[in-house]
Amino acid sequence: MAGTADTATEVPGMRRPPPPARRWTGRRVAGWILMSLWILAGLGAAWVLWSGFDGEVFGRYFPRMLAGLWITVKLVVIPIALGAVLGLLLAWARLSGNRFADAAAFAYMYFFRGTPMLAQVFLVYYGSGQLRPLLEDWGLWWFFREAWYCVLLAFTLNTAAYQAEIYRVAIAAVPRGQWEGAQALGLSRRVTFLKVILPQAMITALRPLGNEIILMIKGSAIASVVTIFDLMGATRLAFSRTFSFDVYLWAAMLYLAIVETMRRLWERMEARLTRHLRREGEEGP
Amino acid sequence: MWDALQLLSFGDGGWGDELLAGLEVTIALALATLPFGLAMGLLVALGQISGEPTLRRAARVYTTIFRGLPELLTIFIVYYGGQMLLQKVVGLFTDAYVEVNSFLAGMLALGLVFSAYASEVFLSAFRGIPAGQWEGAAALGLTRWQAFRLVILPQLIRLSIGGLGNLWLILTKETSLVSVIALDELLRQTSVAVGATKQPILFYSVACAIYLVLSLVSSRGLVALERRVNRGEAR
Repeated sequence: MAGTADTATEVPGMRRPPPPARRWTGRRVAGWILMSLWILAGLGAAWVLWSGFDGEVFGRYFPRMLAGLWITVKLVVIPIALGAVLGLLLAWARLSGNRFADAAAFAYMYFFRGTPMLAQVFLVYYGSGQLRPLLEDWGLWWFFREAWYCVLLAFTLNTAAYQAEIYRVAIAAVPRGQWEGAQALGLSRRVTFLKVILPQAMITALRPLGNEIILMIKGSAIASVVTIFDLMGATRLAFSRTFSFDVYLWAAMLYLAIVETMRRLWERMEARLTRHLRREGEEGP
Repeated sequence: MWDALQLLSFGDGGWGDELLAGLEVTIALALATLPFGLAMGLLVALGQISGEPTLRRAARVYTTIFRGLPELLTIFIVYYGGQMLLQKVVGLFTDAYVEVNSFLAGMLALGLVFSAYASEVFLSAFRGIPAGQWEGAAALGLTRWQAFRLVILPQLIRLSIGGLGNLWLILTKETSLVSVIALDELLRQTSVAVGATKQPILFYSVACAIYLVLSLVSSRGLVALERRVNRGEAR
């Protein structure tokens, strides 16, 4: 404000009164106190890590945690990718107009979205043990014998249900005129869906899909409960052997780093993919 | 079939009463987490809409941390970290051994996560209330606190009830994670039953069914609640 008035009344050598000092309101004091608390907490964590630093523990367990991080990445990427395929099929079933397909997909999604993922993992992992004779007959035991495959299966089934809901909403949000316009152009339903509807739906689905990936990164930690040594599993192992609380702080930093990186990358990607939708001069989301 | 019913019966031979006790703990934990999570979430949201940059930044740090950490890790950090911290403090006075209550630790951890997400819900609800509402209240001579309590809060509840309802459904499922720090909630009681009877499919299916009923009842309640807070809205 002061800047614009200056030009009209600028007189050489004129001295202006200083801008009024920002007062120490209660809110400002509270803000400074809270911010100082965060900084103190950060410094405290750094001090705990530094003063309690044990080269041997670090050398022995940090590489394990990094290996666990790689397993965590696999525990996210594989289920998300497989779940996308299954999720699209489910969304298609729900929108197909076929009453049985709709009901079946609805029941599937209701079950997997309404129960805890930990219970689902237990059901697959321990439940398959009970069905061992049957699975051996079918030649599937090699798959269900491994906790790794069981967790991948449970995660895939879980994320498929959540992704299906995202795709269903996104596809239903595409205006009907798009279907009708494509039909008027003589496009088949399949081509219309793949070339006209799906690209527009995916734009709407981008944001909730990013959230789902982040929920999956965090949710993958429960694999550690059934003997998988992902980042969380390696951390718990290290803690149970050393009783050093530091390992949980390392894990927290690693998780925060990957979640924040993922969030920012996704935001960038979304801004780039939707750049044709922004009007000129408009800021990105 | 008869065996299954017997296993689920109430009394000495069956696990029905144990599962029911677990369900009670699950519901108690979710209900106990709610007030803390809501109050904290509202405070953080107020920080985020504040004109004071340090307050906004402090709130941002809070949501970044508690939305970025896996719930399981938050539970462990609160449980073991709280234990060590308390032990240090108590150690200054006596050499007694302290043990952190897993219900309280779970409640705190889940509350921190809940509040971080709730603050985002409140934030977008605040953005849905036009500035004219604050200004109009000020023109009527209400103080800022009165304006918040009498004018803004009722609208805030209406705008955020849907998002908070979703968070409640997530919370009831997340209580299952507290089983890893040995709280005897539904999933842990189920695991105990599985360990004793070697019937994982039966018991985990029953547990899943109970969670489904819980979410069904919650959804019904939320629909009624939503209708009630929206009763002043013209349609």
